[in-house]
Amino acid sequence: MSLLLGALTIGIILALLAIGVFISFRIYDFPDMTAEGSITLGAAVASVLLVSGVNPVIATLAALLAGSVAGATTGIIHTKFNVNGLLSGILTMTALYSVNLHIMGRSNIPLMNSFTFTDWADDLNSSLFGGVKTFMLIGHEVPVHDFSILLITFSIVVTVSLLLFIFFNTNIGTAMRATGDNSQMVRALGINDGTMKIFGLAISNGLVAVSGALLCQYQGFADVQMGIGMLVWGLASVIIGESLIGTKRLGHLLTGAIFGAVLFRLLVAVALRLGLDPNDLKLITACFVFAALILPTLIKKLKSRSIATQ
Amino acid sequence: MLEIKDIYKTFNPGTINQVKSLQGITLSIEEGEFVTVIGTNGSGKSTLLNAIAGGFTVDQGSIWIDGNDVTHWQEYKRAKFIGRVFQNPFSGTAPNLSIAENLSLAAYRGLPRGFGRVLNKDLRNQIIDTIKTLGMGLEDRLDNIIGSLSGGQRQALTLLMATWLKPKLLLLDEHTAALDPKSADQVIRITERIVSENRLTTFMVTHSMQQAVDLGNRLVMLHRGRVVHDFSGSEKNRLRPEDLMARFEEVRRADRLDQSVADLLKRRYV
Repeated sequence: MSLLLGALTIGIILALLAIGVFISFRIYDFPDMTAEGSITLGAAVASVLLVSGVNPVIATLAALLAGSVAGATTGIIHTKFNVNGLLSGILTMTALYSVNLHIMGRSNIPLMNSFTFTDWADDLNSSLFGGVKTFMLIGHEVPVHDFSILLITFSIVVTVSLLLFIFFNTNIGTAMRATGDNSQMVRALGINDGTMKIFGLAISNGLVAVSGALLCQYQGFADVQMGIGMLVWGLASVIIGESLIGTKRLGHLLTGAIFGAVLFRLLVAVALRLGLDPNDLKLITACFVFAALILPTLIKKLKSRSIATQ
Repeated sequence: MLEIKDIYKTFNPGTINQVKSLQGITLSIEEGEFVTVIGTNGSGKSTLLNAIAGGFTVDQGSIWIDGNDVTHWQEYKRAKFIGRVFQNPFSGTAPNLSIAENLSLAAYRGLPRGFGRVLNKDLRNQIIDTIKTLGMGLEDRLDNIIGSLSGGQRQALTLLMATWLKPKLLLLDEHTAALDPKSADQVIRITERIVSENRLTTFMVTHSMQQAVDLGNRLVMLHRGRVVHDFSGSEKNRLRPEDLMARFEEVRRADRLDQSVADLLKRRYV
């Protein structure tokens, strides 16, 4: 049960990564590699602050800010200097590797002795459940500490996505969505599409960095390598979410990204439990995304061929 | 309203793909004029419209709208004055946004956009009333995404969006060229109605001589990046498509003459 709760919690934390990837890849149609660096950046900034005794909320907000700056940098390289989108992300991502090492001062920072958001779980525990260690849920013993952490992360993610949903229905938020959809039209309506892209990438990477900040607090350490493969992970979550939802409405898509992230994490947990070599995880994730990308067109082709030959 | 002063534009200068698109065009359009622009392929008519809209900066000359020198303004900044409909019906609307969302974006053309809700009840009602005037039944489908509509419907909506806030200048770039005849006809009728109701200063590029003579009160003919004819008033009203054909033929013959004279001279003297 503790294992399941852990997988759920990490899934929910990575939902922020999925939402970030959803914003850059789907809303903006921009293959933003920055995410690989900004998730580590979030963890680096948060962990350094936490070690020096800063409040977890402030440390996480600092991560948000740092991630936004990283995203805006990619946006500026792309829009102001006309560098190819993929390449501008890779430039920022590569630069971030050194930046992250500088911030951390070494390649790994343990947070075992620092006060993080997971320590609030005990407070929540005593106020909500009266300090018991476990409770029963459908015949299973549930550890209250883990359950409280899950509750906290869940409420953070729900709050963030609600705020995003409201934001994307404001004037400026709608203009941002339209920018990814049709930048020519957006310019013709007097919107600076370059600025909208910079803002959008800032929001996207800010969320990814928060995901990194929460992840390092939950797992108890920050590592300079933790960003590797995270973009594809986020993309896999988004794709699963889309196939679950199947509509193009914003609210549904955001919910889909969250569910996709959680489901993907659960799938991975099950696969590892069944004996999958952890070293193969990234290979399998990449294969999964590859399949998810080509399957829809392949199925369509086969279908139209079978109709044509009838 | 619109002053174009001796503008030049060459694409890919110094390469084998060099195209001298605009070669010293000067035009002055008064408030309330409806100008139709025709020309042969590659005559620079769409380039001229793009130069006004700000798709690129001209090499030489200046462009003034409503007393402002906009020559070096970026496209999105010029949009404050300009409503625009494109040749491609997919260019004027955001396919994954709903009809209502698209129109509400247009309701703030050239205005600062804040953190207010994009769709309030007033705007929604206004949108319903305006869309009803199209007579396409779209008022019941406000929350459908625009990508599900036909080219003609999307072009009609783009027209509404371009003129939602009365623009100083309406630019129409062969906006019926990609539509089937029936939709094209429908869009042209809507165009006529909106332009005359709002007395819009309009600059319409067209490939159809019938449209060019039927619509508007001034007709400009372009050839090789220059203005070769400029009809207005009663002269414009008397024009028929056959007259335009004759003028095109004249221009073509003059071209051929230039070439043959050059060859003649070459043979004689070189």
